[in-house]
Amino acid sequence: MMRQSSPLLHVLLWVLLSLATLFPIYWLFVISVKPAVDLFTTPSLILDTFYWKNYVNVVGNATLRGYMYNSLIISTSNAALVTMLAFLSCYALSRYDLAGKENIFFWTITNRMAPAAVFLLPFFLLFTQVFVIGEWRLYDSKVGMVLLYCTFNLPFAIWTLRPTMDGIPRELDEAATVDGATTWQVIHEVVLPLARPGLAVTFILTWVFAWNEFLLAATLTSFNARTITTGLSEYVTTTGTEWGTMASIAVITLIPALIIFSMVQRHIVAGLTFGAVKE
Amino acid sequence: MRSNTVGWLMLAPTIAILGIFGILPFIYVLYVAFHQWNPFGANPDMVYNGANNFRRLVFDGEFLFSIGVTIKFAFFAVLSEIALGYLLAQLFMREFPGRGLFRTIHTLPLIVAPIVVGSVWRLMTTPSIGIIPYFLKSWFGYDLNIGRDAGAAFTLTVLMDIWHWTPLVTLTLLAALLSLPKEPFEQAQIDGANRWQIFWHITLPMIRPAILATVFIRLMDALRTVDEVWMLTSGGPGAATRYVGLHIWKIVFPKTDYGYGAAISVIVLYLTLVMCWLLYVALVAPRQKKQEAE
Repeated sequence: MMRQSSPLLHVLLWVLLSLATLFPIYWLFVISVKPAVDLFTTPSLILDTFYWKNYVNVVGNATLRGYMYNSLIISTSNAALVTMLAFLSCYALSRYDLAGKENIFFWTITNRMAPAAVFLLPFFLLFTQVFVIGEWRLYDSKVGMVLLYCTFNLPFAIWTLRPTMDGIPRELDEAATVDGATTWQVIHEVVLPLARPGLAVTFILTWVFAWNEFLLAATLTSFNARTITTGLSEYVTTTGTEWGTMASIAVITLIPALIIFSMVQRHIVAGLTFGAVKE
Repeated sequence: MRSNTVGWLMLAPTIAILGIFGILPFIYVLYVAFHQWNPFGANPDMVYNGANNFRRLVFDGEFLFSIGVTIKFAFFAVLSEIALGYLLAQLFMREFPGRGLFRTIHTLPLIVAPIVVGSVWRLMTTPSIGIIPYFLKSWFGYDLNIGRDAGAAFTLTVLMDIWHWTPLVTLTLLAALLSLPKEPFEQAQIDGANRWQIFWHITLPMIRPAILATVFIRLMDALRTVDEVWMLTSGGPGAATRYVGLHIWKIVFPKTDYGYGAAISVIVLYLTLVMCWLLYVALVAPRQKKQEAE
């Protein structure tokens, strides 16, 4: 494996790996364009039927469109907020000599350790009874979901960004400070450009985690902030699963994630020269 | 050094948000854990019952089994993901035609929602409609039935997790590998070190922080897996794949045994913390001591 192998072997290996990676997604698509009666016939690996009715049903459904919109707003706001806060936090953790900062760093990640199922009950009670201002309550609000998703995304972001931040040489900051740059200028003109690849990766990953979250959204929203994953789950029950509809919502759910992903993918590639910046 | 006040100000929003949404529910769960509380039971009120919930837990075979099988799941899944992810990251370090395309393809599973992953794997493995049991049967005569075969169900949940999460490991390790300076490697090659020596003495120590961070993240997520497994096996057959998150869900929701569910949550959180802390101490502390000695 470590020996100098020919590019052809390399490509062949990756083709096989890619087939394994893609097959489940391909199969999801195949099922999404099959009428229900065809599911129980002899499976064929080749896409032989195009039954678009499943998609027509989904797109024509105003409720599902609303869920999609909610998901977009919630995950984008959450990813932006989380990336910004994590950037500031990591800068502080990396550059300042704060008392007990390593304990704070470890504490942040403990927020991600709890099984989500555990906190459904307290969150539900807090959101419906404690975080209430007059008529307005955090339950079933987009703001609530954005803040709530910080509990698992913010620790993740801080832990992914910290190595990046520690990897940017302090000498650069110090040199800029000596040249009379303010803290803001150091952050904005020295650290931020170097941290950009790390920030891009953090943003996509947190966006995707928020977009994909299911358990909390299913419990803490009813309509105004209901997300597409919960909409999807409504078609999957133990008794009678509407496989076709479910699969087509799943495929549609994949599309925005794919678009965002392909946009930031270029950023990651640009970030590959990152190593060259370091001493 | 600049004033620390600015540093604290930068950390303040993070501490505030995680305090309100992290610590507050925790205190609440701790409070509930010391009570007998089933809102839909014979006595819907919260009644203080000391450590009874915890006493019950120690002898609860279902709970202990669930803990054991969760650890087994997390161990196999995370170990395979780290090994495979590292190999793939190394492969991506080379130039070959279509590298960008393959990397994009390899990263795809990451963006698939856990609930969708579970559904897809269920779709592929459900005996009457699944394509995998169909081909295993017609090619190898093997009868795959995840509704009956506990071992097969367990293996499939691990495979599903590997399919879903190896890309994350590859991505983080690739980022770490790319940020390594080139000189030590060039120097080692000039000195005639072989690949294994380079890996063991240079690459591994240098990317250890990244591996550690990745193991942490993956371990925690594997220990709290719910959505995918819920969709694929619903914790079955029997309790073969009833991982601890699912177990808690079953106690809290269908049984509405809030007090006992809260106690389990507290213990699970505690066990997770201890496990991660031990890992942290074992892997980070010796290195820090070494650095201080130098």
